[in-house]
Amino acid sequence: MTTVVLDTKGLNCPLPILKAKKALLGIPAGGLLEIHATDPGSVKDFEAFCRATRNELVTSSQDGNVFKFVIKRGN
Amino acid sequence: MGVTPDTALLDDLIKRRLDELLPQKLAELREKKTPAMTIIATKGTLDWAYPPFILASTAAALGWNVSVFFTFYGLILLRKDISDLKISPLGNPGMPMKMPFGPDWFRSINWNIPNAVQGIVPGFESLATALMKQTIRSKGVAGVTELRDLCVEGGVNLIGCQMTVDLFGFTHADFIPEVKEYCGAATFLPMARDADVSLFI
Repeated sequence: MTTVVLDTKGLNCPLPILKAKKALLGIPAGGLLEIHATDPGSVKDFEAFCRATRNELVTSSQDGNVFKFVIKRGN
Repeated sequence: MGVTPDTALLDDLIKRRLDELLPQKLAELREKKTPAMTIIATKGTLDWAYPPFILASTAAALGWNVSVFFTFYGLILLRKDISDLKISPLGNPGMPMKMPFGPDWFRSINWNIPNAVQGIVPGFESLATALMKQTIRSKGVAGVTELRDLCVEGGVNLIGCQMTVDLFGFTHADFIPEVKEYCGAATFLPMARDADVSLFI
């Protein structure tokens, strides 16, 4: 299954979350969404977002000043 | 019917079982319930437009049911065009006055301009608003119109205060058509009662 990539670099809270939520709607259950962000607050926010929405945060990593998250869409 | 040895035994048993089972049952119910939030938005300046729209759009993204009641100056956040919202540094000592352009050392200066000066310089508010908007853009913070659109997309229930509509001489045509309901405190309070989170902004 292909991973959809969402670029939210340069955007600040709460835009990365809102755009991720919107992108997830277009992905089938079990599909993957990879998000790139520069907002340091997004690390905790994506953890909380996934917990609250029953999507799985597969990985959360940092590459330079870019934070990368891979989310597996729940049902 | 008085307490007999039999009923006392039964009561004791029920009490013990309840203590064991209730926390789990409550956790289950909490897990199943869709959280709800109600917000009362009372302020109509650029800075105060952010908290209700940020919290409402984010809660909607978390899957919550959200209603926002716009009353008094907050009602103007529902006007069709909110690109002219202003911020006032006057009487707002918490607002940093920094320039959104120039080299870093210049940007870091906090311009301490006395209220008396702010009050008599014509166009001071417009200048501060223009600088704030530039700062918002350069920091990647969403515009209020964009955040409001995201609220609408997320299914946030936008409610206008009918009393304020009458008070300030507006008509429903002044507001975005996504406002489905105009009502008063008596309609809003029962919504707030059932909400898990209720905020006054």
